[in-house]
Amino acid sequence: MSEQMQHAGHEQAGQDHAEPGFFLKYCWSTDHKIIAMQYLFTGMLMAVIGGFLAYVFRMQLGFPNHSVPGFGLVTPGRYNAVVTMHGTIMIFWVAMPVLIAAFGNFLIPLMIGCDDMAFPRINRLSYQIFLLSAIVLLVSFAVKGGAFGGAWTAYPPLSSNGAYNLTPLGAVLWLLAVALEFVAFLLGGINFTVTVMNSRAPGMKMFDIPILIWMIVLATVIFMASAGPLIAGAVMLLFDQTLATGFYDPQRGGDPLLWQHLFWFFGHPEVYVVLLPAMGIVAEIIAVFARKKLFGYKSMLYSTWGVGILSFVVWAHHQFVAGIDPRMANVFTVTTLLISIPVAELVFLYIATLYGGSIRLDTPMLWALGFMAEFLIGGVTGIFLGSSGTDIYLHDTYFLVAHFHYTFVPIAIISVFAGITFWFPKMFGRMMNETLGKIHFWGTVIPFNVIFIPLFITGAAGDQRRIYSYAQFAEQSRPALQHLRTTSTIALLVMLAFQLIFIFNFFWSMWNGKRAGDNPWRSTTLEWTVPSPPPHGNFAELPTVYRGPYEYGLPGRADDYWPQNAPN
Amino acid sequence: MYERYITAASTYAHSIDHLFLLIAALVGFWLILAEVVLFALVIKYREKEGRPTRHITGEEKELHRWITIPHVLVILCDIVIVVPAILVWYNIKQAQPPAEQTVRVYAQQWAWSFQEPGPDGKLDTEDDIRTVGELHVTVNATYHFELMSRDVVHSFAIPSFRLKQDALPGRTITGWFRPNRVGTYDIQCTQMCGLGHALMAGRVIVETQQDHAAWLIRNANPSLASLPAAPAPVPENTTMAEARR
Repeated sequence: MSEQMQHAGHEQAGQDHAEPGFFLKYCWSTDHKIIAMQYLFTGMLMAVIGGFLAYVFRMQLGFPNHSVPGFGLVTPGRYNAVVTMHGTIMIFWVAMPVLIAAFGNFLIPLMIGCDDMAFPRINRLSYQIFLLSAIVLLVSFAVKGGAFGGAWTAYPPLSSNGAYNLTPLGAVLWLLAVALEFVAFLLGGINFTVTVMNSRAPGMKMFDIPILIWMIVLATVIFMASAGPLIAGAVMLLFDQTLATGFYDPQRGGDPLLWQHLFWFFGHPEVYVVLLPAMGIVAEIIAVFARKKLFGYKSMLYSTWGVGILSFVVWAHHQFVAGIDPRMANVFTVTTLLISIPVAELVFLYIATLYGGSIRLDTPMLWALGFMAEFLIGGVTGIFLGSSGTDIYLHDTYFLVAHFHYTFVPIAIISVFAGITFWFPKMFGRMMNETLGKIHFWGTVIPFNVIFIPLFITGAAGDQRRIYSYAQFAEQSRPALQHLRTTSTIALLVMLAFQLIFIFNFFWSMWNGKRAGDNPWRSTTLEWTVPSPPPHGNFAELPTVYRGPYEYGLPGRADDYWPQNAPN
Repeated sequence: MYERYITAASTYAHSIDHLFLLIAALVGFWLILAEVVLFALVIKYREKEGRPTRHITGEEKELHRWITIPHVLVILCDIVIVVPAILVWYNIKQAQPPAEQTVRVYAQQWAWSFQEPGPDGKLDTEDDIRTVGELHVTVNATYHFELMSRDVVHSFAIPSFRLKQDALPGRTITGWFRPNRVGTYDIQCTQMCGLGHALMAGRVIVETQQDHAAWLIRNANPSLASLPAAPAPVPENTTMAEARR
C-alpha cells in the first residue's frame, strides 16, 4: 500500500510519468475528470438502488399485500425503511453527487479554462469519503433491526431513541452516513468555489462565466452556509442516540422541535442546491440548441442570487402544523410566496431565450424543454403548500409528494439526462444514439406524468404519505382511490423499463458510437475547444477568453457561433 | 372541489376548499399561459434552412418589458393569494372561538386515546369518559382539543374536517373544530411515528345531541350512572395562551 501511495504522490507532481495502471488511473486519481466519472457512476448505481426501492413500495401500494417480485412481502417495518431510504438516497446520493459533484468536477475546469481543480487531493478525498458514506448507508440494510425507517427527515424522539424506532443500529448508521456525505460535499464545495474564483482563464471576467458554473458555485455557497446548523443538529442527535443525552428529549429538558428547525434550515436551501445546477445545465443546452444568447444573462444571475438568499428564510413552511407558534406561519407564508418572484423571472427568461431562435430538437434539447415544461407544474403546485391556509389540509399528503416529485424528478432525472446526453461526446469522445435517446425521452417523460398526476388527486382526497396500507381507513380504502394508486404503480413500471434503453445506449455508445470530434454541437464555451475526451491537463495551451459565453447568431459572421476563445 | 373525493364535515372545511380553488384558478392560468408560450415558441422557431437567428441580449428595453409586465402580474397574484391564505390560517389556527366543549387527545405509539367530559360537562371529574380509537362529538358544537403525545411526534388529522395538527411530547397544543355533519370520519396519524404508523387509525363519530347524550349515559362511570344527564354547561372560555400552560 505504501508503494502505491508513493506512486500516487509521484503522479500528482504532474511530472512526466509512465501511463499509470488501472487502479491508479481510475481509483486513486486526482484528475477532475476521473473524479467526476467516479461520482457519476456511483450516483447512477445509487439511482438504480433508489429506483428499485421506489418499485418495491409502489408495488405494495398498487397491489397491497402481494409479495413483490425480487423483494418479498412488504411488512410495515420494511415499508418504512424502504421509503426512508428511497428519499435519503435520491437526494443525498443521487441528486447531490451527480448534479453538483459529477457535472461540477467535470465541467468547472473545462468551462473556465484551467487544467484541474484548485485542490486536486482534497477533491480525491472528497470522493473517497463520499464512497465511504454510501457504503455505510448500504450496510445499514444488513444490520440487526434493519435500515432506519423514521423518514428522511428523521424527526426525534423517534430517530433518537431505539426503543421508539426499533432500528437502533440502522438509525445510527443512517446518521453517520449523512454526516460523512456532508463532509464530502463541504470539501468539494470549498474546492469548487475557490477554483472558479481563482483559476479562470485570462480574460474571463465575472460576467463571462457560463451560467452553469455560476449556478454550481451559488449552489455550493448555499450548501456550505446551510449545512452548519444541520451538522450541529446531527451531532446532538448522534449523542442522543448513543450517549443518551437529551437534546431532543422533552423529559430531560430537550425539545424535539429544535431538530425540525435545524433540519429544515438546511433542508429547504438544499432544494435550491440541487435546483440551481439543474437550471444551469438547461440554460447551457437551450442556448446551444436555440442558437441564441441567453435572454438577460445578468437578470438571470441576479434572480439566482435572489433565490439563493430567500431560500434561507422560508424553512418553517415545512412546519406550519408542527406545533410552532401559529403567528410564525404568517411570516413564512409571505417569504415563501416571495420566492416565486425570482423563480418566475428565471422561468420567463428561459422561455424568452427561445424567441427568435433556430431550434433543433436533438435529445439534449428535448430533455431541457421537458425540464421546463415539467418543472413549471412542480413550481405552481408549491403555491398550494406554501400558503398556510391550504397547507393545513395538504401537508404530508400525496399532494405534497406529487408536488416535490414534480420538482425533484425534473431536477435529478430530467436535467441529468439532459446533461449526460449533451456532454457525453465530451466525456467519452463518441455520440449517443439519437433514436434510442428519443425513445428513452418519451418513455420517461410520459410515464412520469402518469405516475404523479393521479397522486395529486389521491392527495387531495386525503391520502397521507408513508402509509403502507390504507386498509385501516374507510375514506381512503375506496376502490376509486385504489385504481389511481394502481395506475401510478403501472406507470412507474413502464418508466423503469424504459431506463434499460438508456443504460444500453450509454454503454453501447461509449465504445461504438459515432466519433464526436471536438465540438459536435457547435457551441461557444471552452470545454468544446479541447479534444474529446480531454487529455490529462485538458488544454494543450491555456486559453484566453475574449467574450461572454453565448455569442450565437451574430450578424455579419460566417459561422453562427463565436467561441469564447477566438480572438476574432 | 375535493368534496367529490372527501366529505366536508366541519365549519372551516369549505374555507380551505375555497382557498384551494382560488389558488388553482390563479396558478392554473399562469401554468397554461407559460406552457402555451413555451410550446408555441418551440414550434414557431424550429430550425429552418436559411433563416438566421436573431441576436438578442435581453437587455433591450422594448423586449425586456415582456418579462417585467408578467412579472408585476405575478407579484399581484402573490398578494391575492397571500391575503386569503393568511385569513384562513388565522381563523383556523390563531383565533379560537369560545369552546362549548373541551376534549383531550393523547397520541402514542400506535393509538389515539381520548378523554371526554362525562354527563357533567367538565373535564377532570370522576365521570370523565376515556376511549381508545373513537372520539364521540356532538354536531354543531364548538370543540377545543388539547393535544398531547406520550412518546414521539404524531400528527392528529381528520381529513373530513380539514384538520391537521402535530402532537409533540412535552407540550399541550390546543386547537378547535366545529363539526357540522353527522357521520363517522377517519382520524389519521400523518407524521411518521414508527412501525405501526399506518395502523394508527381512529374514528371520530359526529352525533346529534340526543344520540350523544345517550352515549354519555351508556358510557359514563357506572357508579355515577344515576346522575341526571344535565345539558352541558358552556365552560369558561379558554384562550390559547391559557390552554398552553
